[in-house]
Amino acid sequence: MESAPEVIRAREEAAAWNPGQVWQPPSPAQKWGDKVFRQLCVLFAAATIVLIAVLVLEIGVKAIPAFREYGLGFLYRATWDPNKAQYGILPEIWGTLYTSLLALVIGTLFGVAAAVFLSEGYLGGFVFRLLKAVNLHFHPFWGKLPVRIEGVLKTLIELLAAVPSVVYGLWGLFVVIPLIRPLCNLLHSQFGWFPLFATDLSGPGILPAVLVLSIMILPTITAISRDALVAVPPKLRMAAYGLGATRWETILGVLLPTASRGIFGGIVLAFGRALGETMALAMLVGNANRLTVSLFSPANTLAALLANSFPEAGAKEIPVLMYAALVLLAITLVVNLFGALVLERAAASAEAK
Amino acid sequence: MITGSGQPTMSTQDQAIQSPLEGVNFSELELSLYRPRTLFSILLSILVSAMTIVALVPLFAVLTMLLWRGGSKLSVALFTSLPPAPLEQGGGFGNAIVGTLIMVGIATIVTVPLGVLTGLFLAQAPKDSRLASSVRLSAKVLTGFPSILAGVFAYGAIVLATGGYSAVAGGIALSILMLPTIILTSESAVAMVPARMKEASVGMGATGAQTVWMVLLPTAMPGILTGVMLAVARAAGETAPLLFTALFSNYWLTSHGHANLMQPTASLAVLIYNFAGMPFKNQVELAWAAAFVLVVLVLIINLIGRSFSRRQIDQ
Repeated sequence: MESAPEVIRAREEAAAWNPGQVWQPPSPAQKWGDKVFRQLCVLFAAATIVLIAVLVLEIGVKAIPAFREYGLGFLYRATWDPNKAQYGILPEIWGTLYTSLLALVIGTLFGVAAAVFLSEGYLGGFVFRLLKAVNLHFHPFWGKLPVRIEGVLKTLIELLAAVPSVVYGLWGLFVVIPLIRPLCNLLHSQFGWFPLFATDLSGPGILPAVLVLSIMILPTITAISRDALVAVPPKLRMAAYGLGATRWETILGVLLPTASRGIFGGIVLAFGRALGETMALAMLVGNANRLTVSLFSPANTLAALLANSFPEAGAKEIPVLMYAALVLLAITLVVNLFGALVLERAAASAEAK
Repeated sequence: MITGSGQPTMSTQDQAIQSPLEGVNFSELELSLYRPRTLFSILLSILVSAMTIVALVPLFAVLTMLLWRGGSKLSVALFTSLPPAPLEQGGGFGNAIVGTLIMVGIATIVTVPLGVLTGLFLAQAPKDSRLASSVRLSAKVLTGFPSILAGVFAYGAIVLATGGYSAVAGGIALSILMLPTIILTSESAVAMVPARMKEASVGMGATGAQTVWMVLLPTAMPGILTGVMLAVARAAGETAPLLFTALFSNYWLTSHGHANLMQPTASLAVLIYNFAGMPFKNQVELAWAAAFVLVVLVLIINLIGRSFSRRQIDQ
């Protein structure tokens, strides 16, 4: 029986094909390369842990001379005088905590509100209703608009975090301070007896720094809170609606309590950000070594102290600044570690549900 | 239940079903705008919407101010000339743009191999690996590492060791801030590669390294690129790590025809900080123009990076 020419050619090709060229076990070089590559990955991963250790050690070792000289009193003394070689960072520690906590209150209020707004799909729902009114809600292009516009809103809030902090500082210096100054001085002249308004705002001060700082930490809180709210199992929401709860009874009674761990983790991480934020504060807080509760008074923070003093520090001042850096490092490491662990727990418990 | 039991059980069941509804005023269950709980819900919805809008005001306020005060000053001379001395008119920040690009470049070269391979390791490691979980935790802790401390570290480790401020020290300081973003985004990008692709590659006899280079990395590339771009965008805007590592310079990096990376280097961010605090009108205007250029640069890199990851999800 004669075969068609194509079949014969295919048979010849099959006979000529040497499978050994394609199917072969990895050569010794390939095996060796594989091993090296695996070890390299492990090595690089371990380098991340080593990096943190080196960071702490480097700053710690450089701070030892200052620690010997000033001891723990450094933490609760309030003078900073390079001429007399007297140093204490109590005002800076207070300023760091005070500005961060105030910013955290404002940032949390607005950040969680924005997270609820995003996770509830308010904007998408609104656009959908608009489209439905003109009967376009199943249109191939317009029908996708609600989802798209939600994505745009989410990106916009994330872009708030992308603006460099020095630009926020510039904006705060030339826009926010002139804007709030009349109001602040009015408050001071009317309610000057109230400790928060005890001084007038003559330029940089705590309030403008807090306002700008709260804008900078808001995206962190919003992003993490939104993730926590979206991770709440839908059956819980449906059960609440099924029992006749209104939208906000559901949010306050079911969604927020269930997502509370994730939201709390986000707030802790945002607190860590606020503690370490440097440039906006260095430009807006006023760099005054002052222990005050007044919102309009200039003050200082640890990060701003480092940014302002380091460039012109003498050889004797460097260890002191390293000591201050070590204190900042300790505070932020503890806060960040705590936040990361809280979020890890929250994710684990969400998975268990 | 129904079989076997007689008439009496039926009647008790009827009572059990009817009793909860007795005495219920059905009109109270209807949605009504006049009821406090409905009103409360609507008011809170309006409040939350208003607060979200207020939260977005700063973004647009910053952008319009930049356009108004910075964009209007834009000219070619800004990109080609050196920063002016006090009381001098004109000038630009060409050397600062070059400096920013060089330092971000150094940081990227250092961080990308380290970060991507660490991310790969994390995505591939078994779930109970203690090394993987501690690496992941340290990466997460590093995301919140204060940027000024990266500068302090690079000052102690590099500036003091090499004896001078330099672009290299600035680049290393920036790389500490880029590393965690790249690690965590590469991990999630590699973890998103479908398991069947990896299994097919291993099943055909590829070694681990071959699977990584020919299957995992190409497939996860959009996600990894997103992470790299976001990290680059962040690093380009950082000021604090550069303040006392790269310092600032009023001159170009090149002298006598060849570039020197071991000398003080200008950057856009430090220029904005320095000039914003000066009492001269020309310098302040240059700071606004530099801020405009920096924000446009950062936002473009950021948005390009985001578009990559959208592509991966669309696949």
